[in-house]
Amino acid sequence: MSKDKVGTRTDFPPTPPEFLPEQQPDHPVTPYLRMERIPHVWCPGCGIGTVVKCFATALERSGADLDKVSVVSGIGCSGRAAGYLKLDGFHTTHGRAIPFATGLKLGRPELEVAVFSGDGDLSGIGGNHFIHAARRNMDLLVILINNFIYGMTGGQNAPTTPLTAKSSTMPFGNFEAPFNIPHLAASCGAPYVARWTCLHIRRLTWAMEEALDRKGFRLIEVIAPCPTLYSRLNKLGTGLNGMRFYHDNAEIRHGADTRELDIDFQKSITCGKFVDEERPTFLDQMNEHYGQVLGEKYVPMSPEGGWLHG
Amino acid sequence: MKADPIGVLTGAHYLDGDFACGEGAMAAGCRFVAGYPITPSTEVVERISRRFPTMGGTFIQMEDELASMAAVVGGSWTGTKSMTVTSGPGFSLMMENIGLAAMMETPCVVVNVQRGGPSTGLPTMVGQADVMQARWGSHGDYEIIAMSPQSPQEAFDLTIEAFNLSEIYRVPVMFLMDEIVGHMTERVVIPPADEIEVVPRALTGKTPEEFEPYQINGKPTPEFARAGDGYRFHTTGLTHDERGYPEMSVECQERCVRRLLEKITDNADRIVRFEEEATDDAEVVVVTYGITARVARLAIDMARRRGVKVGSVRLIVIWPFAEKLIRELAGKVRALVVPEINYGQLVLEVERCAAGKCAVLPVSHGGGSVHDPAVIAEVIVKAAAEAA
Ligand SMILES: Cc1ncc(C[n+]2csc(CCOP(=O)(O)OP(=O)(O)O)c2C)c(N)n1
Ligand code: SF4
Ligand SMILES: [Mg+2]
Repeated sequence: MSKDKVGTRTDFPPTPPEFLPEQQPDHPVTPYLRMERIPHVWCPGCGIGTVVKCFATALERSGADLDKVSVVSGIGCSGRAAGYLKLDGFHTTHGRAIPFATGLKLGRPELEVAVFSGDGDLSGIGGNHFIHAARRNMDLLVILINNFIYGMTGGQNAPTTPLTAKSSTMPFGNFEAPFNIPHLAASCGAPYVARWTCLHIRRLTWAMEEALDRKGFRLIEVIAPCPTLYSRLNKLGTGLNGMRFYHDNAEIRHGADTRELDIDFQKSITCGKFVDEERPTFLDQMNEHYGQVLGEKYVPMSPEGGWLHG
Repeated sequence: MKADPIGVLTGAHYLDGDFACGEGAMAAGCRFVAGYPITPSTEVVERISRRFPTMGGTFIQMEDELASMAAVVGGSWTGTKSMTVTSGPGFSLMMENIGLAAMMETPCVVVNVQRGGPSTGLPTMVGQADVMQARWGSHGDYEIIAMSPQSPQEAFDLTIEAFNLSEIYRVPVMFLMDEIVGHMTERVVIPPADEIEVVPRALTGKTPEEFEPYQINGKPTPEFARAGDGYRFHTTGLTHDERGYPEMSVECQERCVRRLLEKITDNADRIVRFEEEATDDAEVVVVTYGITARVARLAIDMARRRGVKVGSVRLIVIWPFAEKLIRELAGKVRALVVPEINYGQLVLEVERCAAGKCAVLPVSHGGGSVHDPAVIAEVIVKAAAEAA
């Protein structure tokens, strides 16, 4: 740990206040979490938990009917989020959260389906599903946690690892060009595209709340520190150092041209909302098209799902 | 309960096996299909995509078979009966999420219209070489159910049965057609909806407070809650406890996985289905499934004309395997002859169950066509002569 980067603070790590268990005041998002599963698996200083907290707050503020919200994760540290949120939660296979979520949405169209997973999961192994769901404008809110690395498996290179950054499989530094995630989503037609870091608690929460109010393929990329692997392999210090870095280097440019959103190793990170447009979703288009072509013969799936009542 | 008439095309039709399978799915109440085109299975989804918009069903052509299978598992968790359709290469791509369906105990049907393999193999020609893959193609230990129809009529009837079994046992059911059954056109009679028995998704009667997604209470399978009904349940492909929460322990693995196996193996007698003919005084019994059963019938006639007492067993459910039946037969007959369009897959199970009590003779065929019945007949006659 390189203390100099933490600044002048001497009480690091801060001593937690002492409470007897029954006195422990409830965290405001406690009702949205599976408290019986806490402590969670994430490392101290990891950015993922903060994003879960922002999502829970956004859900609360959005006034969404939580009985109708499903959350789907793939595999990875970020992919554990579905297991901690007190919603219908699906922890699926590596890379397949988006198609699984597509099945949920099409099987019961009234559901609000959120995908919560990692950069490797959604843009590496699951990249094909990502671009096609964006192209179809499938009605999914996708929260992609970008920690620039494969965390769960020990710090291997990801399709998002910045050039020259080290990973356990690029020990001499990465020489592959990374994805620019917002640009990828926007070029495939996503109607809502934003990027924040997990330091931007209020803005991130607000973006999630706003995205919950939109329809179609909504992408929020969240840059989050992985102190255990990415920061350690690149000698970037603790999670707190990561936060400090975001504080000093995040640049907010709403509406920025998504072509300019590449992230270079330890350079500035452009944040903001880049796309916010209304476009008919997959279901809108299907319903409208069949309605036109088939007229009264068209029987759309009931919002509750196409099941047989037993 | 009875089928919903909106999905039932009652009447006598002239259909190929692929279309008949699609009609069976719609009659069974399937309302979500995700698939990716591949010969010789595509006609199933072509049929469905034309008819679904008139019955409240949704078909989506996904970007690949990984996505198709994942979408089907997701679709089924809404309570909407879900199915995917594919052939060899696509079946291989589906394997990981078939394992997920097994682990999460998700009712669904996977149709595989078998063609010649391995790899791209013989895309337009018949094979029966995915029998072992259907059973254990995904990693880890699990049990599924697999069925194999011999005609378009059976493709219709058994697809309904496949859905029903998938609901009762909460497993993916592998529907193993083959290119010839898929592409042959025959008379198919679709009964009125009120003569078709379908098993609806049995939703839990418990309150969200009482409900645990993998609590079985002495039954073979847990009760089901669908997404969106307020249960706020969790499910995972990780080894999990009764609450559906991951638990990485030897004890939990034993409890969780053993039950996945035993819900099928303990109920094998209820699931297994076969047709048996003239086995009582047979010297030789031919064990077949799918299109090969129809070819074997000619071979059996030939052998009978040459004086051999031949019986036959046609396996309708392939997995779980008709173990008891084969054990009994092996104690009575001189030889079991097993023709299949592969180099010897199901014959291994027959051999295992016969346990040396009689001869077991494969009649293998690499694929691309059915057997020449004379070749099967020759093996039958020889088996009878050698054993005598
Ligand atoms: C099919 C398959 N391949 C590989 C793995 C191993 N694996 C698990 S998580 C993971 C990477 C996760 O990276 P990311 O999505 O970025 O999540 P993070 O852990 O960084 O949050 C990999 C490769 C797997 N579970 N399944
Ligand atoms: S390994 Fe990295 S991403 Fe995973 S929990 Fe630890 S800090 Fe977070
Ligand atoms: Mg990652």
